[in-house]
Amino acid sequence: MSKITTDLCIVGAGPVGLFAVFEAGLLKMRCHVVDALPAVGGQLSEIYPKKPIYDIPGFPEVLAGDLIKNLEQQIAPFHPTFTLGERVEDLEKLEDGSFIVRTVDGTEIACKVVVIAGGLGSFEPRKPAIENLEKFEKHGVEYMVRDPEHFRDKRVVLAGGGDSALDWAIYLAGLCKELTLVHRGTTFRGAPESAAKVLSMAEEGQIKLILKSNVSEVHGENELEAVTVMVDNTTPHRIETDYFIPLFGLVPKLGPIENWGLELDKNAIVVDTEAYSTNVPGVYAIGDINTYPGKLKLILCGFHEAALMAQSAYNIVYPDKKFVLKYTTVNGIQELQ
Amino acid sequence: MKDAINIYVEQESGERIELEAPLDMNLSVMEVLKANEFPVQAVCGGMAICATCHVEVLESGPLPEMNDDEAYMLETLPHATDSSRLSCQLRVNPELDGLVVRIMPEA
Repeated sequence: MSKITTDLCIVGAGPVGLFAVFEAGLLKMRCHVVDALPAVGGQLSEIYPKKPIYDIPGFPEVLAGDLIKNLEQQIAPFHPTFTLGERVEDLEKLEDGSFIVRTVDGTEIACKVVVIAGGLGSFEPRKPAIENLEKFEKHGVEYMVRDPEHFRDKRVVLAGGGDSALDWAIYLAGLCKELTLVHRGTTFRGAPESAAKVLSMAEEGQIKLILKSNVSEVHGENELEAVTVMVDNTTPHRIETDYFIPLFGLVPKLGPIENWGLELDKNAIVVDTEAYSTNVPGVYAIGDINTYPGKLKLILCGFHEAALMAQSAYNIVYPDKKFVLKYTTVNGIQELQ
Repeated sequence: MKDAINIYVEQESGERIELEAPLDMNLSVMEVLKANEFPVQAVCGGMAICATCHVEVLESGPLPEMNDDEAYMLETLPHATDSSRLSCQLRVNPELDGLVVRIMPEA
């Protein structure tokens, strides 16, 4: 478990979180950035790195991935530190007004200011609407395959029609005692070679494939024992199984931030537009994760919000100093040592 | 030529709410729904990667073909139907006049 001390803990390493490092750095505030993804850039790096963006001032056209590279270069003089691949879990406010931010892996970041730049939130498994499904979570219902060995010689029912469902069906069929893939449709739009492989394995009897069907019920006492598959949406068919793994992709959720006592509106954090501060003093929210009258979910608006946040955060980090706006055209970039 | 079309959102009660969708703004149906304050999250901003603007088309004229991204996303949704579409991928055009949709529960 590592402990980090910094001025600002920025939650989210997307473009707005990175630019917040720049604005804070101009005011001589140190930043530590945390992100659940293993690399910086948020959805720009993860989802659409090759997509051109046209509304960044000064760039008639810039690829999302290149914008992130430029931002990394721009913040380098301020030597930010990073915890990547760890989702934030807990926020504790101390008596002196400072904070401890904790990640799922136990990293602790002691800071004076928390800046939430979490974009869409964290991506969590999409759960099908099946009664009692949550009762069996970790007791036979899993939403991802962390360690395939866990399923060796077990009976497994997978549900889904995307790449993830296809890939795991192919992989687990060689490990499991019995593997059933249930899919709502009649075709697979995942990688064609994966779809072809699943179909041929089904013909050879290595995979039980049930198309045009949904898992509609889960059964068991304390552990999962069986599922009901509604075949053709009409005929119930019970399958005895040790595991049920619905693989329906990911959906963005606020995640643990939801439990931090922040005022929320429709899954976004309510802020005061004077400084993009939340209802918890010392906690700010910038970028797509916040909401206010007139909110526009644009990267450039997030950049603006980062600049105003930094000015307000300065008063918390340096309570005895008077804030004076300095222009980079006059002062240049003063590297943080 | 008309400068707007009408689209309808069917409520759980069966009531249909009429919305006016301008033709000259290159809007998507998702944007029209959001502008009228329907509970559509559309967290990805219209890139067909989150499915939080999922609608079921109840009545329509000819609809644009699905692109691969939309089809792939709908395929992965546990509760999609044969009439499901992502409203972010439906551009407002004269052929959509009279479109009736139901907003699907958030995935």
